[in-house]
Amino acid sequence: MSATVVDRVLRSAGEDSVVVANVSRRRFLKGMSLGGFVLAVGVASPARAQEAKKYGRDGMPNGWTDNPLVFVSIADDGTVTIVCHRSEMGQGVRTGMPMIVADELEADWKRVRVAQAQGDEKKFGNQDTDGSRSTRHFFEPMRRCGAAARMMLEAAAAEQWKVPVGEVAAKNHEVVHKASGRRLGYGALAKAAATKSVPERTAIRLKDPKDFRYIGKGQLKLVDGPDIATGKAMYGIDTRLPDMLYAVVARPPVLGGKVAKVDDTEALKVPGVVKVVQIEPSPLPVHFNPVGGVAVLARNTWAAMQGRQALKITWDDGANASYDSTTYKTGLEESARKPGKVVRNDGDFDKAASGAAKRHQAEYYIPHLAHATMEPPAATARIVNGKCEVWGCFQSPQAARDLVAKRLGMSADDVTVNVTLLGGGFGRKSKPDYGIEAAVLSKAVDGKPVKVTWTRDDDLHNAYYHTVSVEHLEAGVDASGKPVAWLHRSVAPTILSTFNAEAKNEFAIELGMGVINVPFAIPNVRIENPEAVAHTRIGWFRSVSNIPHAFAVQSFVAELAAAAGRDPKDFLLEVIGPTKVLNPEKLGDTWNHGESPDRYPIDTGRLRRVIETAAREAGWGKKLPKGQGLGIAGHYSFVSYIAAVTHVAVDAKGVMTIPRVDVAVDCGPTVNPDRVRSQMEGAVIMGVGVATLGEITFKNGRVEQNNFDSYQVTRMPEAPREIRVHIIPSSDYTKVMGGVGEPGVPPIPPAICNAIFAATGKRIRRLPIRDQLTV
Amino acid sequence: MIALDINGKRQNVDVPGETPLLWALRDEIGLTGSKFGCGMALCGACTVHVDGQPVRSCITPISTVANRKIVTIEGVGADSVGKALQAAWTDVGVPQCGYCQAGQIMSAAALLKRTPKPTDKQIDDAMAGNICRCGTYTRIRAAIKQAAAKGGA
Repeated sequence: MSATVVDRVLRSAGEDSVVVANVSRRRFLKGMSLGGFVLAVGVASPARAQEAKKYGRDGMPNGWTDNPLVFVSIADDGTVTIVCHRSEMGQGVRTGMPMIVADELEADWKRVRVAQAQGDEKKFGNQDTDGSRSTRHFFEPMRRCGAAARMMLEAAAAEQWKVPVGEVAAKNHEVVHKASGRRLGYGALAKAAATKSVPERTAIRLKDPKDFRYIGKGQLKLVDGPDIATGKAMYGIDTRLPDMLYAVVARPPVLGGKVAKVDDTEALKVPGVVKVVQIEPSPLPVHFNPVGGVAVLARNTWAAMQGRQALKITWDDGANASYDSTTYKTGLEESARKPGKVVRNDGDFDKAASGAAKRHQAEYYIPHLAHATMEPPAATARIVNGKCEVWGCFQSPQAARDLVAKRLGMSADDVTVNVTLLGGGFGRKSKPDYGIEAAVLSKAVDGKPVKVTWTRDDDLHNAYYHTVSVEHLEAGVDASGKPVAWLHRSVAPTILSTFNAEAKNEFAIELGMGVINVPFAIPNVRIENPEAVAHTRIGWFRSVSNIPHAFAVQSFVAELAAAAGRDPKDFLLEVIGPTKVLNPEKLGDTWNHGESPDRYPIDTGRLRRVIETAAREAGWGKKLPKGQGLGIAGHYSFVSYIAAVTHVAVDAKGVMTIPRVDVAVDCGPTVNPDRVRSQMEGAVIMGVGVATLGEITFKNGRVEQNNFDSYQVTRMPEAPREIRVHIIPSSDYTKVMGGVGEPGVPPIPPAICNAIFAATGKRIRRLPIRDQLTV
Repeated sequence: MIALDINGKRQNVDVPGETPLLWALRDEIGLTGSKFGCGMALCGACTVHVDGQPVRSCITPISTVANRKIVTIEGVGADSVGKALQAAWTDVGVPQCGYCQAGQIMSAAALLKRTPKPTDKQIDDAMAGNICRCGTYTRIRAAIKQAAAKGGA
């Protein structure tokens, strides 16, 4: 489906006479409108602190709506159009969200079309597609949308037949009066249904989950599958408008740098180059704003790229020019070996450790990473009659809208943001700097359409990098080798530094990702967070701080198991201890992924179960040939519980292959199990890349990797031969749902390293593994 | 003006001969199915067929492919192999974000035309140049095998 088609469908959803349309008196916007992209990542604000704390979808900027008039329209030919207001980046949300509505609506999926919402949170509720939240936040509102629309169709049919509404029932795209055998299709009822009032929320009759047709079944194919397979799917980079100019931008190679001098004489001589435009740098902290630079506008992308190459720019690098990954690592290690800010303190670590039978310590290092979405950032903008229209691959279209408006000095009402498919997101496309660049450049050419395309170099050189960290762990163990004292010092530049230049400590979100909230049965626990200064844009990367934290914690537990001569799976379960339901706040986690500590406690029974399931399914304990081993790790994140067992083989030359990975996931009840599986498969492969290959390094403030030759990612030959996903069954839809997009990643690197230890006796504490196994 | 034969249709493009085929396809002709991922033949997202061979269009100057038979993702479904692969891709549910899949299908189609019943090793070798950041590799392997089993060739 092309962007224009999406646009047309969406407009028709709001304007045509055939829509199920009526004025609802029901207040459909709920939740706070604090308007913050910063808040979208959960940074506490004073205004928020004073209000009663809201959780889940209620706590998100602009909340949610379950108004069917916003999401559902029915044409008189019976075509049902369902709006998806979350961004599709491969998680399957454009199939999953409409599937929920369609199920309650009793719609025939073959007659359902999906329209992508523009960025408009006042209308649609929160659209920031991030934090593995879409399904758990919108399952209930989307069910009510579908059910309310179904009830309006039933009311229209009952009125027409002059029978009590209780005698009719919607079934597979028509309403049936069982007693008389009469039936009317949804198309025939659309106009009349539009005159019915939207039922009050308390009056909505939801389906009994045993009657679900689509939810939980995993039978429906992806709505975008055929377009993707035939090359018709439209991404941000694919937008084409009449008279459009194509831009590439030379950006400062060092964060905080700016143009000292530019000579564009040669650039302007390149055939096809039309204009060279400077983009003003944004003051630090950079937030989601463009870093500035020099743009070359041309009649096609290639000419723009050639033009950029011909620019002669002298950069004023600024204070971050000394950023050097090797030196920085040493600094992190020094900090990690000294006491830091105490963020959790149970019992008395020092006393327990000094009285312990034995003490152990280890340090783990995980470098910066770049998302490297296959589609690099790209956006198009044009300005007509004082109104700006933007097309792009945005995870957070409302943030794009607000920031474009701010940069152009417009009202957000005068900015329209059209959301294309995203060729990968992983957190990078939550930051709409490229959309702002497009708008600034369009303004520079009198509103003409301009598409900005980032090259791979641009993407790697100006990412919002995953943090770099040293994780220092110490334990005191009893005579049996079981830990009685646990110290974890996590040192890493914080995401907050991108929004607040003074920030040097991990904030609640980062701490709540598997460091502060370790749910272990250890009486003496101290978690410390020494300071670290950021010298580049730190952002969130799929599963965020869970990556270093899970790597360190799950590796260290395995190290303690080895020291105790115990089976790593049995030992891990023992460290977790008997089943307990813990209040995350009691563990010092005030964030809990934005969810209520009452509705979403940490249930160690669920963690134990995924570990036991993954182990059982993988054949834990089976005899393997020399050079092969199994490794296990389990981790709680995004309010889901996931464990992985990896089977690795390391040959005589130290080359590792992964014959199989078993993943057990407990994310509560599921909407689209096939996409739960595919997210786990993808997370395994991304986790393999994090473990084995991924590393961004800085020298003189500049990123040293330019493309997929130096920034390596997993390719097919290195991918596990087999990935088996075991979903813990749950058919009780009153139970809370967990996240799926991100939490599959964190257990993978430690499970791989634990398997390498089992296979070779070598313990990996520094990622990526790269050539550490070669002999 | 350079004449290109794309999906059986003649297209004239008025850009310098060193312009990579990818940008002629995407920006000049409007066939955006072939994707940009690296610009250096490192990721395979831009893969097209030239005279039946898979090539990375991001490093292929149009001057070298004038009047040769170019097939892109938009045209590969015209033959039975391409069609079988596209069907397998949707049936197996291969795509996540989908961005790299045009290139994956083009590489897979070239493989199956050459080797109708590939081994696991032959699949891995043929597909090693195509990156998928979402990590769909196990399903890509399954879809290629499914298309091969159905004898698309």
